[in-house]
Amino acid sequence: MQLSQKHHEYWSKNLRITAVLLFIWFIATFVVGYYAREINAAVPNFFGWPLAFFMCAFGSLVIYVLIIWYYATYMGKLDREYGVDEGDE
Amino acid sequence: MAGMTPNTNAAGIENQSSQRAFKSQLKKIYSWYTGGFLFFLVGLAILEQFGLPRAWIGYIFLAATVLLYAGIGVMSRTSDASEYYVAGRRVPALFNGMATGADWMSAASFIGMAGTLYLQGFNGLAFIMGWTGGYCLVALFLAPYLRKFGQFTIPDFLGERYGGNLPRSIGIFAAVLCSFTYVVAQIYGVGLITTRLTGVQFELGVFLGLAGILVCSLLGGMKAVTWTQVAQYIILIVAYLMPVIWLSIKHTGFPVPQLAYGSVLQKVTALEDKFIKDPKELEVRGIFKKKADDAVASLKDPAKAFEDGKAALAKSIDDAKTASNSVAVTSGEKALAAYPKTVDDAKRGWEKDKGLTSRAGPPLRHAEAFPAKDEKARDISRKNFLALIFCLMVGTAALPHILMRYYTTPSVKEARTSVTWSLFFIFLLYFTAPALAVLVKYDIYSSLVGTGFDKLPQWVQSWTKVDPSLLSIRDINGDNIVQLAEIAIGGDIVVLATPEIGGLPYVVSGLVAAGGLAAALSTADGLLLTIANALSHDLYYKMINPNAATSTRIAVSKALLLVVALCAAWVASQKPADILFLVSAAFSLAAAGFFPALVLGIFWKRTTGIAASLGMIAGLATTFYYMAITQPWLRGLFGVKSPIADNLWWDINPISAGLFGVPLGFLVIILVSLVTPTPSKAIQELVEHVRYPNLQGDTLNTTAR
Repeated sequence: MQLSQKHHEYWSKNLRITAVLLFIWFIATFVVGYYAREINAAVPNFFGWPLAFFMCAFGSLVIYVLIIWYYATYMGKLDREYGVDEGDE
Repeated sequence: MAGMTPNTNAAGIENQSSQRAFKSQLKKIYSWYTGGFLFFLVGLAILEQFGLPRAWIGYIFLAATVLLYAGIGVMSRTSDASEYYVAGRRVPALFNGMATGADWMSAASFIGMAGTLYLQGFNGLAFIMGWTGGYCLVALFLAPYLRKFGQFTIPDFLGERYGGNLPRSIGIFAAVLCSFTYVVAQIYGVGLITTRLTGVQFELGVFLGLAGILVCSLLGGMKAVTWTQVAQYIILIVAYLMPVIWLSIKHTGFPVPQLAYGSVLQKVTALEDKFIKDPKELEVRGIFKKKADDAVASLKDPAKAFEDGKAALAKSIDDAKTASNSVAVTSGEKALAAYPKTVDDAKRGWEKDKGLTSRAGPPLRHAEAFPAKDEKARDISRKNFLALIFCLMVGTAALPHILMRYYTTPSVKEARTSVTWSLFFIFLLYFTAPALAVLVKYDIYSSLVGTGFDKLPQWVQSWTKVDPSLLSIRDINGDNIVQLAEIAIGGDIVVLATPEIGGLPYVVSGLVAAGGLAAALSTADGLLLTIANALSHDLYYKMINPNAATSTRIAVSKALLLVVALCAAWVASQKPADILFLVSAAFSLAAAGFFPALVLGIFWKRTTGIAASLGMIAGLATTFYYMAITQPWLRGLFGVKSPIADNLWWDINPISAGLFGVPLGFLVIILVSLVTPTPSKAIQELVEHVRYPNLQGDTLNTTAR
């Protein structure tokens, strides 16, 4: 079957949000991990924790949950907007 | 059935309302279940106060939980293919999230992780990040698309997308390889916990636990496993949180440990500073260092050192005799009697003493990132930290028993939501583990260190008796006071002993063991099903006998389940040495085997079948080769002689071998795809089909029933 312009638009929007969220994931994981010593030295007391320790044990995990939650919500809306949703739940 | 367009026909509407009723019924059932479980705990606690013996509490926990799981299995028995393979594709997002949580959190997560954090401090956080962040990859790259594809297994996808039996066969091989190593570790954990809980023999414990697993998965396949896993999740999360909350109240006066342990971490850091400089600590570490140094010196020329040592002892006895010092004579003779009989015995003793160097160093600073002696070593430590995170994340997004769970939701939309719930439920345990490690560390640093050897707390006495490898305290410098350096601790004790450290009743200890059992059983269930399905559905039905009737297929799957479970139990009862390594290896292998082929198959239409097969083989082979040349146990197996240091690429540990396999897999698939003919129109339409939750005019229906 032939995909319409709208379908292509939907897919590129999906790719865009995937890339953005993946970028946030990368920062929260690998950039924080790479500069852990520097971050700890810069903020040694973030409500009691050194900041990088806090991020790796808590902060980044919250970001992961939010990334997935945001993706699910965003795509749910996008599905309806482009008429590719599976109908009402 | 989901996968069709429910809003266009009457059956669809009926379907929705029945799904809604089903959901509210589930909520009711599991609320009652949770209430009943808490009631059961309170009842046992009251009985304990009235003098119910501890052994009985252990038996009751074991019997009650295993019977419960078996009961759910019996109630969910089925012989319908779609029910058996994917729980009828009607598991609501929330419940699939809980089931995935239990499926995901193994004995290693439940018992081992807080211990790893205790022992490794900051570096252990690689496991916390790796085993949660991987779900971002699941959500963004795989879960919704696999759900739309809607078959039964992961090799199914490879087979359809890449055509032919080769990609499917590699998929089966990789799925069985990583799931089997993983399931052996779970059954081992089941045996260990059953032994602890009831005192039965290890081998018996393994087979008892196995019975619990089998009743469930054998009768009802994915359907039974799903509903059991939800029940198991509730038990394991209650069991994990309860003692930590208690410990948090004890040390911070605040019942949310995850928010409160920052201040405790500061106190731990202050105590570390003190221990690093403390003269008594230095004395103990000095004794270890001397012993280790002596051992190294003796090992240079063992034969001579052996004779010298013996001669020195004999001489001291003679000297004592001439001086007629009878006390010195007896002690000298005792020492001579205890002296190793042969050079080999002596050598073994020295090898062991050599290991004492690990206890001669100052205590690790818990909060410091990548602690090491110099800049270069810190750099290597950081590289390995990041590499491990990478492998665990990509491995998470490639383990078939996890991906399979997203086939069971009613729709693509629910699959996406379900990943959110999965990670949320996993997060509840994973952000508690670092808090637990710090709280236990503070307890040991502040109240155990510095007490007299005659006043050791009760839990120390009982655990040193249970298993000296978990906890042993010896007065090395003879001052009758516990120094930190005198405590040797095994990681597993951190979770297992927390209730006693916190001074909680024995019921809570039983609860923790039951939680560990739930974690191990639920993961084992999911893994066994994955292996049996890969063999029965993909190998038997799709490749050997495509005309097999549904009932035959399911019978074959059940028979295989039994065989695989018995094999795994047999391997586990042999107590294989490097079990922890095997588990971590499963992640690297899954990452290199599946991830590139699955992701490119969805996101790049141009990916060809032959490229995917070659990429999977290249990824798996590289990963395995790197492990074989750098991991001590595998080196022994393959007779690799060259020094490890020469074989290391870029100083990466064997556990993170996937770091090389994954990029190579991607590279091979992309390059080979570019030089092979574009996939057929039918395949391209399949890719389009999985990309859109609902495509109007799409005639493809890949949903398997």
